[in-house]
Amino acid sequence: MAENIGQAEEKLVYQKPRLITDNTMHYCPGCSHGVVHKLIAEVIEEMGLEELAVGVSPVGCSVLAYDYIDIDWVEAAHGRAPAIATALKRLSPQKLVFTYQGDGDLAAIGTGETIHACNRGENIAIIFINNAIYGMTGGQMAPTTLVGMKTSTTPEGRIPALHGFPVKIADMLAHLNGVCYITRQSVHKPAAVRQAKKAIRKAFENSMNNKGTSFVEIVATCNSGWKLSPVAANQWMEEHMHEAYPLGDIKNE
Amino acid sequence: MEEVRLMKGNEVIAEAAIRCGCDGFFGYPITPQTEIIETLMELKPWETTGMVVLQAESELASINMVYGGAAAGKRVMTSSSSPGISLMCEGLSYLAGAELPCVIVNVSRGGPGLGTIQPAQSDYFQIVKGGGHGDYNMIVLAPFSVQEMNDFVELAFDLAFKYLNPVIILADGIIGQMMEKVTLKPIRPRLTDKEIEERYGSWAVTGKKNRKRNIVTSLQLEPHIQEEHNHKLQAKYREIEKNEVRYEAIGCEDADYIIVAYGSSARIGEKAMELAREEGLKVGLFRLITLFPFPHKELAELKKKVKGFLAVELSCGQMVEDVKLAVGSDIPVHHYGRMGGMIHSPNEVLDALKKTIVEK
Repeated sequence: MAENIGQAEEKLVYQKPRLITDNTMHYCPGCSHGVVHKLIAEVIEEMGLEELAVGVSPVGCSVLAYDYIDIDWVEAAHGRAPAIATALKRLSPQKLVFTYQGDGDLAAIGTGETIHACNRGENIAIIFINNAIYGMTGGQMAPTTLVGMKTSTTPEGRIPALHGFPVKIADMLAHLNGVCYITRQSVHKPAAVRQAKKAIRKAFENSMNNKGTSFVEIVATCNSGWKLSPVAANQWMEEHMHEAYPLGDIKNE
Repeated sequence: MEEVRLMKGNEVIAEAAIRCGCDGFFGYPITPQTEIIETLMELKPWETTGMVVLQAESELASINMVYGGAAAGKRVMTSSSSPGISLMCEGLSYLAGAELPCVIVNVSRGGPGLGTIQPAQSDYFQIVKGGGHGDYNMIVLAPFSVQEMNDFVELAFDLAFKYLNPVIILADGIIGQMMEKVTLKPIRPRLTDKEIEERYGSWAVTGKKNRKRNIVTSLQLEPHIQEEHNHKLQAKYREIEKNEVRYEAIGCEDADYIIVAYGSSARIGEKAMELAREEGLKVGLFRLITLFPFPHKELAELKKKVKGFLAVELSCGQMVEDVKLAVGSDIPVHHYGRMGGMIHSPNEVLDALKKTIVEK
């Protein structure tokens, strides 16, 4: 073997966050979960909250988030994460407590827990992944499924007369006095990723400063569920999802 | 310090919770147990011991708050009555699956459905045999006095943490609503976060510090690991059966006939026993204190000396099935009980004993 004579010294420009484990992720290529996991890990690291963070991961694709982010986790029954987080934070107010929930979990089966945790102004952060579909069970209609969108339980597309309208839960929650921060972000472009990271950091800071409930919606892709390639899924999301769910702060107090 | 008072069963649950160092109570109003959360709100323990008390938006939320608190190694509890407990059954299964210690109080009432707000014991199957999905057991304590409503709260927490398992206090509307003299114990301080970390840091989500991350979950996607977990749970339940059977045998030494009962039916059964003895009938009362573990061996032993058993419950006959399993089919075992919130009198119990067993 020749020595590496003349080779320039390597300059480290990027590395994966220390809090992301080496476990192989089960998420499909092109799914937004991986990026959002990374952002959460980075923010916890940067805020130095590794020893204080407790995540709650309920039923859905991301129930296994505890395999990937190296902090303490509680797995939750479908929809119940905000109730679990309520007790965790009330009993340990010095901790960073956050939930990581999908659209079916947060806006269908767990609507009650979501609304009431927000209404009480629990000092928790809610990370809400809205990809308009049930990923884990194989692509059924979610409360946030767009009108006309085909899923395995709306094979003709979502028809409002039959299935109701997409739920804009972030807008609904903005009316509650207990919520201090609601924002809608996406992770489809580098600039959007940076913006989403800022939002997560703000939510976590609010939680640590006991300012009330913070709610970060990430409009996300589920290319497997949408039956699109990763690139096409990103394009489709920009064209359709961002129209129905516009990005930006909804409430910031 | 120790105090003697005249109190309602439900109020005593609240007092006992504070005094035994409970960290959090999460509940939702439902008759006939609402005095528990009302008493807690009146006593404001967050100003004294630091205990958190929260009225949740539903029983679903309450039991999941309990799940969250227990995951952090805290001593947490909830209470409800039959229809509310039905809503909690999902959570009970998760708590058992994740091996989380906690205390649930069921001040039961008549069903099915919305049923009645009057007392009943028709939740035996639900509480003792499961209620939620999957192979699991909870330790079930059945108080029959206001004093036991007090004593069993602390006992329930101790058992819950000893076995890392939910413990349920199965009372009924009579025990919850009646007033009796009770001796309250001195306040036992809550554990500090440091003490919890030292005692339970090996599994509780106390924050990852100088150890690997802790994950509280009941999920295992690999079936062979889930089966192993099930075997571990079953081994724990067998250990509980070996160590924790509790009962009281009253007048059973010379008895020809045995009334088997728990909770308020045991109070009524005790009086029926006295009436029987006045008539010269040798009747004993076998009072169950733990419904799981069930005193199978002790009843089987008793069978050798007696002529029959009458299971008395405020239901169509649920516990009687376990009595039959314990003593077999070669001895008379009958059931007597009113339903729907109606309460049997001691004379009705005695008549049933005579008709179904003594005179047969």
